Amino acid sequence: MSGERTGTGGLARERARSTAGAAAFFLAPALLLIAIFIIYPVIETFDISLYKWNGISSDRIFIGLQNWKSLIRDALFWKSFLHNLIVMAFSILIQIPIGMLLATFLDAGGRKLNIFKIIWFLPNLMSSVAIAFLFTYALATNGGIISSLATLFKGTRTNVDLLGQNPNALLTIIAVMAWQFTPFYMVYFIAGYGNIDVSLYEAAVIDGATRGQYVRRVAIPLLAPIFRTACTMSLIGSLKYFDLIWNMTQGGPVNGTELMATYMYKLSFQQFNMGYGSCAAAGMFILITAIALLFQKIFTWKGDY
Amino acid sequence: MAGRERDKEQKGHKGRLRIGWGIAFFFAFLQVILTLSPFVFMVLNSFRKQFDMLSQGVFHLPEPWIFTNYTEVIRNGFFGYFLRSVIVVAVSLLLMLAIASMAAYPLSRMQFRLRPLIYAGIVAMMSVPMHVTLIPIFKMTTDVGLYDTLGALIGPYVTFALPMAVFILTAFMMTIPRELEESAQIDGCNRYQNFSKIILPLSKSGLSTLAIYNGVSMWNEFAFANTLIQSPGNKTLPLALGQFKGEHSLDIPLILAVLTLSALPMIILFIIFQDKLVKGMMAGAVKG
Repeated sequence: MSGERTGTGGLARERARSTAGAAAFFLAPALLLIAIFIIYPVIETFDISLYKWNGISSDRIFIGLQNWKSLIRDALFWKSFLHNLIVMAFSILIQIPIGMLLATFLDAGGRKLNIFKIIWFLPNLMSSVAIAFLFTYALATNGGIISSLATLFKGTRTNVDLLGQNPNALLTIIAVMAWQFTPFYMVYFIAGYGNIDVSLYEAAVIDGATRGQYVRRVAIPLLAPIFRTACTMSLIGSLKYFDLIWNMTQGGPVNGTELMATYMYKLSFQQFNMGYGSCAAAGMFILITAIALLFQKIFTWKGDY
Repeated sequence: MAGRERDKEQKGHKGRLRIGWGIAFFFAFLQVILTLSPFVFMVLNSFRKQFDMLSQGVFHLPEPWIFTNYTEVIRNGFFGYFLRSVIVVAVSLLLMLAIASMAAYPLSRMQFRLRPLIYAGIVAMMSVPMHVTLIPIFKMTTDVGLYDTLGALIGPYVTFALPMAVFILTAFMMTIPRELEESAQIDGCNRYQNFSKIILPLSKSGLSTLAIYNGVSMWNEFAFANTLIQSPGNKTLPLALGQFKGEHSLDIPLILAVLTLSALPMIILFIIFQDKLVKGMMAGAVKG
């Protein structure tokens, strides 16, 4: 009896071991890459932040928390962070509601509105670099779209300076970002609507609900998790934003559109102050993680309530 | 009486519905205009001569239509940039899909002690900003001699797409019925054959969405490329824009021709595969 039990116990253990072996085999490449290209670099960034180093020469001077002390007192870093927060707030308030409205329209209209979906999604296919170049010309003070429109309405030649002065520059960037990313959230909400069981709509209609009532009372509450994920994505996206600004304004005029990422990039790859640049990058990592966690916490609490 | 009242009510309802749709279409067309006007600006002006933009007005039809901007761009090595982007994206995408589906298989199918921890760890990597890794990866790339080669981009491109891909594929594979594997097991298939003969073919639609989604972002990637590649002969398409701008800074129509040519492939692919994109996002949106 007891011999048999140890026998099956051994078998189960053997099975578990072979499962663990197979799991290790399948997971190894992914975990190895993540270790090399994400975990190690993040640790290394924190390590480099303790040095004074130009990134090229072999002598790195250990200076302890000096960089961190400077970063905490660095007005430009906090100004960049503030810009990130402004961009974040506007992104969430503009892109997600409009994206949701567009998706609601497409969901109500069905396949015959497909052409709208295709057209609306086009901006999200362009690279941020391409968008930056396109809008630098399309919004040029001289001969851009807005200046041309203003000229048309006023009848005399009018030049509107959008990117050359503050705070216009940051607001313009926010508008361009809305142009680029709203379609992404639109598709996300289309997917969310698609996941709602058709029978719920049918039941609502049988109960005499109009389309509007269905959207307000049935669909939107069911889309709550989508809202939460969309907000989290938008939040993280805006806090690490880089490509568009780098190619449009390089953070200018006079740091008016400087974000944490552009500031960090300038420090590291233009001024070759890799130690301090790493410190800014590590600070950025801490801030993003903290805000994302905070956000998640607030939202989960609301969800549970 | 009651019938007529109901008719009236229904008519009122229909009228309101029509007004509602009218307003909706008004805003829908407004959004179309907002979306398309930069594209119209881009395409129209790419067919203009350099100095005609200001004199003709940006929304007038070009007079005359010229194609020299395009021929000039192509003569200056546009297809080289294009080809390099195709190579990097194809290699990265294949590797990424292979590695992600391998990782998703045990996470969705096997019971082992570290499973929840590994899954949570991989998903948490989604929110790590790539900029934090930029300096160490730059250093690593220089140390192993990959700096300024296309190979430098593949590791970061694959790795930064992995967490999201593993997340979506794990959710996807969980929906595949277990009976299929069990019957295969009876027929003598082991785990490795189960994976390659059953799970992988059934995950095709999830894989294709991930291919579209990540293909677009790899095709457009800028920050790594800008940091790890230096010489024009190794640059990918997103860097070509800066390269052309550096060489022809005043020739705006020529730059717009570059923009049009580089946006075109993604637009064509999207129009062909757009349903797949939405379906794949549905798989990812369930769990959110």
